Amino acid sequence: MFRDRWHPMGSDLTWLGFGDSGYGDEIALGMLVTTALALATLPVGLIIGFLLATAKQSRERTLRLAADIYTTIFRSLPELVTMFLVYYGLQLGIREILRRLGLPSAVNINSFVAGLIALGLVFSAYASEILLSAFRAISNTQYEAGDSLGLRRGQTLLKIIAPQVFRIALPGLGNQWMELIKSTALVSAIGLPDILRQTGLAARITGNAFYFYAVACLLYLILTMASSIVIGRVERWLKRSWAT
Amino acid sequence: MAKAVVGDMMATYATITSPQAPPPMTPRSWNGMRVLGTGLVTLWALIAVALVGFLVHRWIPAYAAEYGPRYLSGVQTTLTLVVISVSSGALLSLPLAFARMSKSVVLRKLAVLYVSFFRGTPLIAQLFLIYYGFGTFHKQLDEIGLWVFFRDAWSCALFAFTLNTAAYQAEILRGAIESVPLGQYQGAFALGLKKFQAFRKIILPQALIVALRPYGNEIILMVKGSAIVAIVTILDLMGETRYAYSRSFDFQSYIWAALFYLVIVEGLRNLIVWIEDRLTHHLER
Repeated sequence: MFRDRWHPMGSDLTWLGFGDSGYGDEIALGMLVTTALALATLPVGLIIGFLLATAKQSRERTLRLAADIYTTIFRSLPELVTMFLVYYGLQLGIREILRRLGLPSAVNINSFVAGLIALGLVFSAYASEILLSAFRAISNTQYEAGDSLGLRRGQTLLKIIAPQVFRIALPGLGNQWMELIKSTALVSAIGLPDILRQTGLAARITGNAFYFYAVACLLYLILTMASSIVIGRVERWLKRSWAT
Repeated sequence: MAKAVVGDMMATYATITSPQAPPPMTPRSWNGMRVLGTGLVTLWALIAVALVGFLVHRWIPAYAAEYGPRYLSGVQTTLTLVVISVSSGALLSLPLAFARMSKSVVLRKLAVLYVSFFRGTPLIAQLFLIYYGFGTFHKQLDEIGLWVFFRDAWSCALFAFTLNTAAYQAEILRGAIESVPLGQYQGAFALGLKKFQAFRKIILPQALIVALRPYGNEIILMVKGSAIVAIVTILDLMGETRYAYSRSFDFQSYIWAALFYLVIVEGLRNLIVWIEDRLTHHLER
């Protein structure tokens, strides 16, 4: 069984077996970690992005300024830099605070959390711009219609504006979701056992790098393709009322 | 009589239109939003002050002397990588875009396959596949003399980035060409232009204007994406940063990297907006 791991060449399916003889289980864990990270980042990024978009169209210029600074920074920094800044910076910051408080300062920040924060920062910055332009695409008459129907502002937002904003923003947000899935590959650099790290380990042990990195690419392709199918379905479902 | 009436009217106009002081400004009131906004801006300002303070506090002449030049050479490496791969990707994207729009089903399918692979997988996985993966075949590659190329991290990075950006640029180009209305072709043919002439003189200029912004975004994405080459031992800006951090364990190395990237990307973004404004001046309403 062990010898199978050292099979010299070719694409041997036993490498993907589960259990001792293959790396199937390790790579499946990687798939799980990648998916979990992307799914966990999505709501965080969307909520912050939504708040940023509302701040950017606020009448209050300090709010607009604060939101613009956020977007400028996190859209300009490479994801990898943001990731290292969060990973090392947060660690140093927490240790410093604990040291000042006289507590034991040997904490290590969880790389999943660091990845989530970093990807959330980037995703929310992009999502806010997409949501903002979707908000801007909705004419004021929609709000006025809500008012004249006697809806309160919150109701108007929820029942008239939000469905339209979501419908307009969905293609952009869908693209951003794909970018998010692909960006998760960077967390392997801070040691999270995602698809790329797990296949990389298998590649190093078996010495068959091409095979395992091809598997990694295939898995990412499956994730993005499946997402694009789902997003396409949702888009068509949302557009069912549009006679186009 | 009539003259007197006109005089009256003039006098009235004069009083109405004479310069008047503007109405007094209503002072901006302190509502919840303003408190929140001011608080957040203050927070950003505090972060900026803390960062500057940190950098000043940690300013060690030896550190600057040792790593400063390395950072600059890292910036140069990053920009070289981006310039070479974006321009060779542009060349490669031409046949791809035309294959994607071709009448032949096989060509179209092949182009779609290429584009979806390179757009559907992370750039870092593609880089690993080429740099580490091709090592699996080093004997065969050696026989045909290509191992020299695939052994080298720099040429592998250039290769991976070129293939990747070609896929994105092909889609940009295709989208832009398809955005030119059919009437433009018909107009060109009606003027007796040949197919190639029509494409070069009528379609392409209009398509490239549509493609300007996406091309700009692609360049910026490449600058940001190029940070991953540091993982395959290339000393670009990120690579020099990791080098500095691994030698000094000083967090300021990452802050400097962030500042460098911020300046490069923001500079590039403004440059692109400026170019776009210049080139689309005639389209402004």
